[in-house]
Amino acid sequence: MDTLNALVALANFVLVPSIAYGSQLALGALGVTLIYGILRFSNFAHGDTMAFGAMATIIVTWWLQSLGISFGPLPTALLALPAGALATALLVLATDRLVYRFYRRKRAQPVILVIVSMGVMFVMNGLVRFIIGVDDQRFADGARFIISARDFKEMTGLREGLAIKSTALLTVVVAIIVVAVLFWFLNRTRTGKSMRAFSDNEDLALLSGIDPERVVRITWIIVACLATVAGVLYGLDKSFKPFTYFQLLLPIFASAIVGGLGNPIGAIAGGFVIAFSEITITYAFKKTALYLFPVWEVEGLIQLLSTEYKFAVSFAILVVVLLFRPTGLFRGKAL
Amino acid sequence: MTLSRRDIILFLSVIGLIVLTGFLQSWNVALGIFNMGLISAIMALGVNMQWGYAGLFNVGIMGFVALGGLGVVIISMPPVHEAWAAGGIRVITALLVGGATIAAAVFGWSRMAKGRVRILFLVALLVVGFFVYRQLFDPAVIAIEAISPAATGYLGGLGLPVLLAWPVGAALAAGAAWLVGKTALGLRSDYLAIATLGISEIIIAVLKNEDWLSRGVKNVVGIPRPVPYEIDLQNSDSFVSLVSGWGLDPVPVSTITVKLAYAGLFLTVLALLLWLAQAALSSPWGRMMRAIRDNEVAAEAMGKDVTARHLQIFILGAAVCGMAGAMMTTLDGQLTPGSYQPLRFTFLIWVMVIVGGSGNNFGSVLGGFLIWYLWVMAEPGGLFLIEAVTAQLEDGHWLKEHLIKSAAHMRHLTMGVILLLVLRFNPRGLIPER
Repeated sequence: MDTLNALVALANFVLVPSIAYGSQLALGALGVTLIYGILRFSNFAHGDTMAFGAMATIIVTWWLQSLGISFGPLPTALLALPAGALATALLVLATDRLVYRFYRRKRAQPVILVIVSMGVMFVMNGLVRFIIGVDDQRFADGARFIISARDFKEMTGLREGLAIKSTALLTVVVAIIVVAVLFWFLNRTRTGKSMRAFSDNEDLALLSGIDPERVVRITWIIVACLATVAGVLYGLDKSFKPFTYFQLLLPIFASAIVGGLGNPIGAIAGGFVIAFSEITITYAFKKTALYLFPVWEVEGLIQLLSTEYKFAVSFAILVVVLLFRPTGLFRGKAL
Repeated sequence: MTLSRRDIILFLSVIGLIVLTGFLQSWNVALGIFNMGLISAIMALGVNMQWGYAGLFNVGIMGFVALGGLGVVIISMPPVHEAWAAGGIRVITALLVGGATIAAAVFGWSRMAKGRVRILFLVALLVVGFFVYRQLFDPAVIAIEAISPAATGYLGGLGLPVLLAWPVGAALAAGAAWLVGKTALGLRSDYLAIATLGISEIIIAVLKNEDWLSRGVKNVVGIPRPVPYEIDLQNSDSFVSLVSGWGLDPVPVSTITVKLAYAGLFLTVLALLLWLAQAALSSPWGRMMRAIRDNEVAAEAMGKDVTARHLQIFILGAAVCGMAGAMMTTLDGQLTPGSYQPLRFTFLIWVMVIVGGSGNNFGSVLGGFLIWYLWVMAEPGGLFLIEAVTAQLEDGHWLKEHLIKSAAHMRHLTMGVILLLVLRFNPRGLIPER
């Protein structure tokens, strides 16, 4: 019984949050890795693209809510998601047309593009702050829990509760759908194949008549959709605050690099590796330990690292991967 | 290198802008902008060493600046004897144990034969080391933080003169840069960017959470000054009689005197660094650096150790940023870890370097002044602009209210647009490299 309690406590505080957070990171890292694979630079504006997508969705959500439209037990934000993704796609396409295309034509060094993306980040950050401000925005509605901790305890008779937030399940389901569609697109459709060809060998792709501008446009549209979905899911699961999206940049890049930059499967794996390590290492194991070893006099929280240092976890994993396997777990195209 | 007439005109116009602020607003504001402009110029100088000389992309400037600030606390604050007695030695021992564990792991990794044994040994060593470290560290920290937490709750510093903290801040930043450089240099340029981004977030997290070291978000205030206090000047008879003799009010003059004293100190440091940087750039070493930047393969073929040179310049640049950070904390008189924002302390410095002219030290200095001026002025400027645009709307209209409230965020937009425009239309900056 106590072992079961320990397992439930672990699932409640480590497993469920890690899966939700991992899906969000994976979606973010997919966006970074696609830009890296096709446009060949690290996009520092990605966090703020996510913030912009979430913000556009939030505004449409508010509008829908003011009309009295809701989505039953699901958050209204899901209805607003396509509109948010559209707005973000238009924004990044405009950015590409006005900013990035010039450097692409000049065949500028990747590091110049990174600096340019820093400028884009500034502008997007300013836009988001300008439109919605810097405060916390809550926009989740619909059912809060699939199973609340109390219901779970009553159902099973255990001392520990397992709460599953509806946003956590939603995150996972949406992420699975998005990733499935993305992989179907990349592997089965003609356009997707041309994108992969372009990523593998640009010159050869050009010779076989692939229109690079079209590939780039489609990449940006996909990235905008991924960023919006990731941003909205993160915002639903936690809350929307523009600054946290900038801070997500580090775990997202760490996920993409750990998996292998330019490799979509790697990005997903990397997202979960980072999320699980971050949450496991900052989790206080006291409760679990008390159930498993009741005789042991537990001192302190048995927390390896306090939650404020979660960046240090992504960073440490990043450093280890850079030191021992710089191309990432799944052999990206980097280096 | 000598400045061309155009460069001198550019410098004079930026100084002119600041002087104009003095006439239009107040000399206090103008000198405030000038002092932070000097510090910004030094930060930009450090980044220019890394980017302009060597093409290294560092997005962790904030971390190095904050370490400089920590240096000031460690050197200049008076020691808290009760806290030292409670756990000072134990904390130091714990840190030494932690360091020794890592050193042993690195040493073991390089000396032992490849294989399972090495990996097992390493993991075991790190795990045991970590638990021993926590066993020593945690109770000591609790003991230190329990000593009158509202007033101190930290170890304090060494109580040495604050000017000594400037080189110490530089040394701390250099140490952090060595760690980052060792791991991330020699790989793709983007990796260095992400590694520096990470280390700067971690440094800020440490400053915010390690209360025994830096009082965390409770801030360290009242850092000793290298210049006299305004109130002491106002109470000093010789100062008051001197100023009154000129027919001036001693109170505003005392604040301006203090600011001028800071400006003198900062100018001295800037001039010294600028001279050193220029000498280095035109020396054989500087030519080698630029040769490496322009063609790494060719430089390597000529027998230059590219990674080692990169590490060297990365550390030097970070040290300059650390010194600027120490100077900034000295000017503020307090260390507020919560106030370090990457947009302000990392990306703004990048705008300075790019706009001023990457690869040119004078360009960085100019960029530092100009962008700092614009950063300060973008907020009232944005408000003015928005009030002008919304003048047609009646008061209390939701759009007008929202726009006026958001005017404070105009500066990010402005900086981003400036950076993009300069990169596109004048990528060599205001004073290009030559």
